[in-house]
Amino acid sequence: MKFTLSWLKDHLETQATLDEILYALTDLGLEVEGVEDPAAKLAGFTLAKVVHAEQHPDADRLRVCKVATDEGEKQIVCGAPNAREGITVVLAKPGDYVPGIDVTLSVGNIRGVESHGMMASERELELSDEHDGIIELPSGEVGEKFVDWLAANDPAKVDAVIEIAITPNRPDALGVRGIALDLAARGLGTMKPAPKAEIAGGCPSRINITIDDEARKDGCEVFAGRLIKGVTNGPSPKWLQDRLRAIGLRPISALVDVTNFFTFDRNRPLHVFDADKVKGDLRVHRTKGGETLVGLDEKEYTFGAGQVVISDDEGIESIGGIMGGLPTGCTEETTNVFLEAAVWDRVQIAYTGRALKINSDARYRNERGIDPAFNMEAIDLATQMIIDLCGGEPSEVVVAGEVPDVSRAYKLDTDRVQSLVGMEIPAETQRATLTALGFVIEGDMAQVPSWRPDVMGEADLVEEVARVASLTKLEGKPMRRPVEGIPAPILSPMQKREQIARRTAAALGYNECVTYSFIDKASAELFGGGSDATMLENPISSEMSHMRPALLPGLLQAAARNQARGYMDMALFECGAAFHGGEPGEQHLLISGLLVGKTVGKDVHGESRGVDLYDVKADAEAILAAIGAPAKVQILRGAREWWHPGRHGKICLGPKKVLGVFGELHPKVLAAMDVKGPAVAFTIWPEEIPMPRKKNATRPALAINDLQAVERDFAFVVDKDVEALTLVNAAAGADKALIEDVRVFDEFIGGALGEDKKSIAVTVRLQPTDKTLKEADIEAVAGKIVEKVTKATGGSLRG
Amino acid sequence: MDDLRDKYIALIAEAGNEATLEELRVQAVGKKGEISLKMRELGKMTPEERQVMGPKLNTLKDEINSALAMKKEALADAALDERLKGEWLDVTLPGRARREGTIHPVSQVMEEVTAIFADLGFSVAEGPQIETDWYNFDALNIPGHHPARAEMDTFYTHRAEGDNRPPHVLRTHTSPVQIRSMEKHGAPIRIICPGRVYRADYDQTHTPMFHQVEGLAIGKDISMANLKWVLEEFFSAFFGTHVDTRFRASHFPFTEPSAEVDIQCEWVDGQVKVGEGNDWLEVLGSGMVHPKVLEAGGIDPNEYQGFAFGIGIDRLAMLKYGIPDLRAFFDSDLRWLRHYGFASLDQPTLHGGLSR
Repeated sequence: MKFTLSWLKDHLETQATLDEILYALTDLGLEVEGVEDPAAKLAGFTLAKVVHAEQHPDADRLRVCKVATDEGEKQIVCGAPNAREGITVVLAKPGDYVPGIDVTLSVGNIRGVESHGMMASERELELSDEHDGIIELPSGEVGEKFVDWLAANDPAKVDAVIEIAITPNRPDALGVRGIALDLAARGLGTMKPAPKAEIAGGCPSRINITIDDEARKDGCEVFAGRLIKGVTNGPSPKWLQDRLRAIGLRPISALVDVTNFFTFDRNRPLHVFDADKVKGDLRVHRTKGGETLVGLDEKEYTFGAGQVVISDDEGIESIGGIMGGLPTGCTEETTNVFLEAAVWDRVQIAYTGRALKINSDARYRNERGIDPAFNMEAIDLATQMIIDLCGGEPSEVVVAGEVPDVSRAYKLDTDRVQSLVGMEIPAETQRATLTALGFVIEGDMAQVPSWRPDVMGEADLVEEVARVASLTKLEGKPMRRPVEGIPAPILSPMQKREQIARRTAAALGYNECVTYSFIDKASAELFGGGSDATMLENPISSEMSHMRPALLPGLLQAAARNQARGYMDMALFECGAAFHGGEPGEQHLLISGLLVGKTVGKDVHGESRGVDLYDVKADAEAILAAIGAPAKVQILRGAREWWHPGRHGKICLGPKKVLGVFGELHPKVLAAMDVKGPAVAFTIWPEEIPMPRKKNATRPALAINDLQAVERDFAFVVDKDVEALTLVNAAAGADKALIEDVRVFDEFIGGALGEDKKSIAVTVRLQPTDKTLKEADIEAVAGKIVEKVTKATGGSLRG
Repeated sequence: MDDLRDKYIALIAEAGNEATLEELRVQAVGKKGEISLKMRELGKMTPEERQVMGPKLNTLKDEINSALAMKKEALADAALDERLKGEWLDVTLPGRARREGTIHPVSQVMEEVTAIFADLGFSVAEGPQIETDWYNFDALNIPGHHPARAEMDTFYTHRAEGDNRPPHVLRTHTSPVQIRSMEKHGAPIRIICPGRVYRADYDQTHTPMFHQVEGLAIGKDISMANLKWVLEEFFSAFFGTHVDTRFRASHFPFTEPSAEVDIQCEWVDGQVKVGEGNDWLEVLGSGMVHPKVLEAGGIDPNEYQGFAFGIGIDRLAMLKYGIPDLRAFFDSDLRWLRHYGFASLDQPTLHGGLSR
């Protein structure tokens, strides 16, 4: 909402400075977004008079002038054709900044003649584009400030333009008078009486109005109109044009400018029809759907069903409360005009405006709420202004519907106000504030003014009192902890788990990414997503059309971007939600890590090698261990299709309970996502890990055995597809009491063993508990181990 | 005797290697060595002579043995020194390469915020990112036609043809978590709700996804003055310097009265310094929870009151750590992740400091 200072002063009698007004506006909740104060850049200039002018001795086009100024007579060289004796001019002295030429003046020497300043043109002062000569003022005294002269003689030139942001609850501040009322309540001045007009029409209106029943409910409350015959339309007067231009509107014609004036002066949209183009009477009704109208913005609109419009005998002529139609719009030739002031249902306006995608000043106000009680007064005030500017003869007012009764009152609990705000505001001050804002206080009830549709309960009264009292003055008051003493932990076990998982991944050398939750359909489909259930209706681009089914596609895209920048090796991870459906709650927590390229950069010690699945297996296991997953897990195959079919494993507690997956990504997925491999990854489902049953921090007692442990190595030759874990489990099962650990330490495939065979070597650690092992005991266990392994794997002890 | 001693001590001192030393040992104190032979002669001496010579010979033997041992160690040391001289490595070569991981600033700042509010008794509540329009709007006093709904640039989920249910939304703020938490836990309640939020907007300063933390405190007598104190405590702890706030009246459908909150700052060379100077920077929206919102959460507004606020986590990170561009947060550029990221062990705590 834009307005000018002088416009504000039409309604507000005030001595406050511009800065005081700006501060108060923001503090009241009418946040100042910008201010243009043309007076600021003109502040230094004063009036002067040319007392003598003569030809420059060395230049045909220059004159040497003697100028009377507030600092005595000065010599100024001037090139303007109108620089001559006797004229009153605007003087810029050395040291002054001249905005139009972006120069700070100094004493000049022009072809051998000193010049002590300049006499400015309008363009040089950015007042207009006029540059044919210097400014000649018709009045004014030497030494008078130019801004003061302008304020008295051409106020629009020094009128500050203020732009404020209006929150949706304050339609009353969409009119300058409403803004003035807020400032008056704050104590920045007093309200001037509102203009009055009462017009008795001379004749009946040729055009009548009806509202269809179905359009009456939730459509149009009241529609008032009047015919004004014999007007002379044309440009509106300068003061009105200046105002409209100042707030960024284009003056059109007197009739249209009057409606725009009321829109901004009183938050009162009006419409004028060219009465001669209206066929028959006007009827407010709902659309059937499919009708069209070319609006005043010269665009064609196609209506949906049930929208509220105004038709004459020929068809739709206006989109009620949103925009008039071009065919019945007023032009310079209009001589008979039909003026409309109506109150529309706000919700209906909002939906229709949104559906037709029209953002007009009328829609903006009608959907936020205008003052319905002002409807009939507005007709007369606008009529008066039209007659004043265009002449004409008004008819009687025709009305359909009824001005709605919006009167309501709420209890003002002055104690509650202080308790909510936490500020001492005397009850008397609270009542005075509301009264100043137009509320009528009766006992402890406050009657809401008709122009405040936002005030719908006691809480709104509190807000009014608080904002006028100024929240800037609010002093903080300590808020105690809910329970005295040392605060208890507040994170849930799952939140703690997430934090630990994240920090463990970082400790393992992964860089945490935060990628978008939405992703393109093709990438989503590669990871089992991309269904319509997870699709956005209005994505910002096709790259962000579906909720991500997993974290890996986002990480792979990040990897591709980094590779495109020349960074080929990386370790990325993300911890966050993935979406398995489109309903609230159909999301699950994941942590995924991705290794691409080499383990580390080129390295003198030979640490650099291609990443492989055992890297991610170790990392996944480290994270699982950190967040409390059981040490005993199964490694199964058969995860989803984006993994390499033979090179991945699921970390499971039973076939249905998958805690994580690790492995190589499928080469087709890498190709589709433009990532140059090798690339291995893991995904962990932190929510799948069972919560520990015990609640206390005590550890089980440590059992340290003093007897010497013995380690024995075994190598077995088995078929190539025998899994190491089968062998390990078989060995461990040979004597559960004695065997503490079985660890694979070597694998050798092919060679002399033959193509289909491999050798797996394990170390078995035997820990006796009651007596030291003798060689015979060891031999016995070794025999059992060989027997078990041979049986389980079909292999044999390597000779 | 003294001649014997001097002879062997000199020979031992001159020995250049262990073999020579061994020869000397055999020669002197070996079974048939000079000193051993002399000791055998003791048997033939008179008791008086033996009393004199016995101890002398023993002392001599000890002396020679000790000299041998010392020389042996000296020789070993010399040999080791000689070997180590050749064992030279280029210590200017790089150490074994190791990856260094980082924590994203968003995660770090969320933990910082959590640490501060935990101390004031706020717990962390979470909720779904795909929401019903009731939780995201209606329950927060934003009915269907409300202009605020249109202004929020909401993402809607797709509905299949014939499915006439209103579409769900990607939550535009973390405020729906307030409602869900009130429904679940009732009053009194103190929570913060950090998380991802979504608005259909993308330009220099907006991304379609960003992070917000919502705060909610409901009790019998919690006031806006408490809100101001809590926020000033928060900002001062977060930025590590005292930060004044300024409340300006504003409007949000879910609070009444509502205030926009500015923090004290100063602009130096295009960078903002929080907690100094005379400028104000708008950082959050807040207010006293609207009675209708309390009712939507199942709390009696006649009995309970309290405040709510919402602040951008990415914005906090940018302000505190001088990160210039919001869009880069979600681009995963390795250079950015390493430069602005945090070490895994840099866990923010109140006792150890929120940041280094």
